[in-house]
Amino acid sequence: MTEADIKTHIFRGLALVAPEAEFDDLPADENLREELDIDSYDFLTFLIWLNEELGVEIPETDYEKLISLDDLVTYLSVRLN
Amino acid sequence: MADFIMPSLGADMNAGLLVAWRVAPGERVKHGDIIAEVETEKGLFEVEVFADGIVEQLLAQPGPDKIPVGTVLATISSEATAAAQVSAEETEKRLRISPAARKLATEKNIDLQRLRGTGPQGAICLADVEKAITEVSEPQAAPGPTALETAKTDYRAGMRQAIAAAMSRANREIPHYYLATDIDMSRALDWLAEQNRERPIKQRLLPVVLTLKAVAQALEKVPQLNGHWIDGELQLKNELHIGVAIALRGGGLLTPAIHNLDRLSLDQLMGALSDLIVRTRSGKLRGSEMTDAGLTVTSLGDLGVQTVYGVIYPPQVALIGLGRIAERPWAEAGLLGVRPLLTATLAADHRASDGHQGGQFLDAFAKALQQPERL
Repeated sequence: MTEADIKTHIFRGLALVAPEAEFDDLPADENLREELDIDSYDFLTFLIWLNEELGVEIPETDYEKLISLDDLVTYLSVRLN
Repeated sequence: MADFIMPSLGADMNAGLLVAWRVAPGERVKHGDIIAEVETEKGLFEVEVFADGIVEQLLAQPGPDKIPVGTVLATISSEATAAAQVSAEETEKRLRISPAARKLATEKNIDLQRLRGTGPQGAICLADVEKAITEVSEPQAAPGPTALETAKTDYRAGMRQAIAAAMSRANREIPHYYLATDIDMSRALDWLAEQNRERPIKQRLLPVVLTLKAVAQALEKVPQLNGHWIDGELQLKNELHIGVAIALRGGGLLTPAIHNLDRLSLDQLMGALSDLIVRTRSGKLRGSEMTDAGLTVTSLGDLGVQTVYGVIYPPQVALIGLGRIAERPWAEAGLLGVRPLLTATLAADHRASDGHQGGQFLDAFAKALQQPERL
């Protein structure tokens, strides 16, 4: 799966918890949760969706690795390819 | 016979809009059934009925005029008398309309069942039908795209007014005292991490679930914080319904209750909380969720907030504020270390409790979090 595809999936998942967000303007290296103003419940909802959509298992100990959009893309890229 | 009245869905509410009926006359209802949809400045809510019986008369119709809290909206007759009454009413109804009125109503397609008669013995007369005709012909403005935008801004403005009213009342009427404590969360978080390691992502628990259960346990020791201050005295609640502050995207706040929190397992609580958050953000809360909380918990742990200095939501007498769990220096047994700490605050109504009880509560809360396996 290409990085572009991964991003598309990520944006679809994020749209569930941040429906009004403009993802094209999202800075790729900033704290995602702060940028989108989503809380821990929202983040968990998003990860559950990613798990269902892409089949990627994300242990709780890895949450701290997923701070920015770039982090997410890298993490998923490794596990999907 | 019981009355269904316009309920008060919060300290800030004086009147509400009747948006829709979910029952019709003649329908059987029981305690807890959704009877109507009511809109306040805080949004749309499904309202439950608390009587068992048969819906007799719907005395108000959905419309744009605000109806004051306490207005009788419908009458509900008890099961026993209802059956006997129904057949008697039916024969009576056929007589209670003048021939002229019936003719006009048929011509103009007016539903006779909806008319209230102002003639002798409630008979429907010509004037009643004529009035109904003018009411029907008034055009109802359909919402256009710009109207929707205005609706959104109106909602936010309305929400702010509702919060302003409740919080101003709180500051005016409630003599607040504040207590704070720092709690070592290492045992709780270690236990949680171990739990979540074994669980598939859909069943993982968030730390907030532990803190809510700890609140429930602490309230068993200090029940004076679970109640409403009404007419100069504390009315304790028998059940543990705890309000949870849920922020809305784009501003605004609702504090719906999770019912019987003491009876829920951690998994059930996680499920109840998820469900509540989803329904809060999509405007599908029930009236009882807006009024039943004995106290409220506000957790601002996802932001950088260390300490919450909260304002109690009247007529409650306590508010628990939870900040961010963060690593801080901690001294224990003469040694300095680093632990994940949570600052918990209690805002309490000094009319209902004293600092001593407040202190006992925070103490019990902190202790409960040291034994997470018992939550």
